[in-house]
Amino acid sequence: MVREEVVISVRNLVNRFGTHAVHEGLNLDVFRGEILGVVGGSGTGKSVLLRSIVGLRRPSAGEVRVFGEDLQTLSHERRSLVERRFGVLFQNGALFSSLTVIENIALPLIEHARMKRPDAEKLAAVKLALAGLPDVAGHKYPSELSGGMVKRASLARALALDPDILFLDEPTAGLDPIGAAAFDHLLLTLRDALTLTVFLVTHDLDTLYTVCDRVAVLSQKKVLVADRLDVVAETDDAWVREYFHGPRGRAALQAKQRIGS
Amino acid sequence: MMQKTKGMAGDIRWERGALQLVGDWTLPHYRLLERKLGKIPANFTRIDFSGLGALDTAGASLLAWRFGEERLKALIEEAPELSSERRALLLAVGAAAGRPTEAVPAPRRTVASLLADIGKCVIDGIKGLGALLNFAGLTLVSLVRVLPHPKRWRLVSLVSHIQQTGLNAVPIVALLTFLVGAVVAFLGATVLAIFGATIYTVDLVAYAFEREFGVLLAAILLAGRTASAFTAQVGSMKVNEEIDALQAQGLDPMEMLVLPRVLALLISLPLLTFVAVASGMVGGAVVAVFSLDISIARYLEIIQTVHIQHFLTGIAKAPVFAFVIAIIGCLEGFKVEGSARSVGDHTTSSVVQSIFMVILLDAIAAMFFMEMKW
Repeated sequence: MVREEVVISVRNLVNRFGTHAVHEGLNLDVFRGEILGVVGGSGTGKSVLLRSIVGLRRPSAGEVRVFGEDLQTLSHERRSLVERRFGVLFQNGALFSSLTVIENIALPLIEHARMKRPDAEKLAAVKLALAGLPDVAGHKYPSELSGGMVKRASLARALALDPDILFLDEPTAGLDPIGAAAFDHLLLTLRDALTLTVFLVTHDLDTLYTVCDRVAVLSQKKVLVADRLDVVAETDDAWVREYFHGPRGRAALQAKQRIGS
Repeated sequence: MMQKTKGMAGDIRWERGALQLVGDWTLPHYRLLERKLGKIPANFTRIDFSGLGALDTAGASLLAWRFGEERLKALIEEAPELSSERRALLLAVGAAAGRPTEAVPAPRRTVASLLADIGKCVIDGIKGLGALLNFAGLTLVSLVRVLPHPKRWRLVSLVSHIQQTGLNAVPIVALLTFLVGAVVAFLGATVLAIFGATIYTVDLVAYAFEREFGVLLAAILLAGRTASAFTAQVGSMKVNEEIDALQAQGLDPMEMLVLPRVLALLISLPLLTFVAVASGMVGGAVVAVFSLDISIARYLEIIQTVHIQHFLTGIAKAPVFAFVIAIIGCLEGFKVEGSARSVGDHTTSSVVQSIFMVILLDAIAAMFFMEMKW
């Protein structure tokens, strides 16, 4: 794969909450068309990094460039244009609770792509099916859905505008193994067909082994290592060793090898 | 033939029995593509994808709707130029878009459904009143259960709620009643001047505030300020499953959440009523001194002739109002279901209900006290 073009570049990022620094001089590059898995222990600032990149959090210091632009310095209109190229799946779904699922997905289509409501809802139904939700779920409100269904609906909304970059915050948490596998497959299909770039925060080792081109490990307030999985797994670091060579890591590796052979 | 057409709006060309797709088949060109797809001839045998620029799920959906899942699959099979990634995308979208969608029938409005709605409203109202009485009883039972155990009194929570609902409300209650006191004094002066009885303005202000306005204004302010806060607090906890978490840990939400709030309001409202009465009379005094030429000494002298009983009948209502406001606020919070919108709906409902109940109870009390000649 050609991986020259950098779509996200993070340089010397510092994020502080009061006196507590979550990131201290963090550097990271994400290339076009790759699926980057971001792992790290609880509290290492995975979600904070995601929020800094999509511009929801102004970094305490350092620079975040997406498509070569610094979101924090752009005018409102220019920023909105860049943000349209993002699809974000938040950890808890963050579906709009006063809209039905279909309306949730159709909203960006109506607002940004200027589609008519019937067209938008028709297209939204396709996205819903792509994300693996039954048709009847579309007319429900988010509060009536189960946790896994909220995740899928939220994925469908993130995909609504066919974004260039997809940010996923623990997408497979709360999905059953079958649903998680289907999710991995969908992600690969979309990435290949649309040259989607995916920034994937996850704890799911199976997802890491199946879909990720590269894995970035957040530790000690920095990106400890960002490389292919086999390289990362051999990194000389206590946490990394524990993570990839612990019982769960081994099981996921064996599963991957079985499928591979 | 293999020219790249990326960046150009999507189009369909017609060549030797084959449809040739060119340009970008993407979301920005959705309406144009939909129109063009509607006009293609039926007698083509294959689709030529070699000139295709960009393709996204919107473009793929349009193709899937136009040809149907089976036909699209067959057409893809016969297109060797199609890359495997696009083939996968078209197949995935084809399967998703080919799924029959069942229409949800829109509810029809008829006279019968209107009557049914009215009936439902009435029954809901009666049920709501039942639930309120139920909840009031439950609160009292919890109170009785907790009272013998001083360790379960939750004094920190109680004091914190007294500060939020009582102390923090003092400035607004004082200001509002001061202004209303002045207004009542002006009104009295204007009307009583016709009978040459301007001096009775002082009695008017004193009676009005001691018996009615002090407690009523304080209660209405608290209904707006505190009932809404209680509903929003409890409601957000409900949405966040915090109430369920309490119950799952064997903790009683009535004891942890409702009792401190009810007790705090029971203490706060009588105190605020006193502040309201005093502040209203100060408002009256300012008008009396500056515009009616009644000296402050004379003003106080007249106030002293008003019997304490009037003040007591006024402030006796305060605990009742406090109890009603607090339980309506908490109960509406417990009724919240799942969404931010529901929190808003129930907050509105709690303010409307508590103000309504306060005024209704005050009217009943006024009639009762009058009949009793208190």
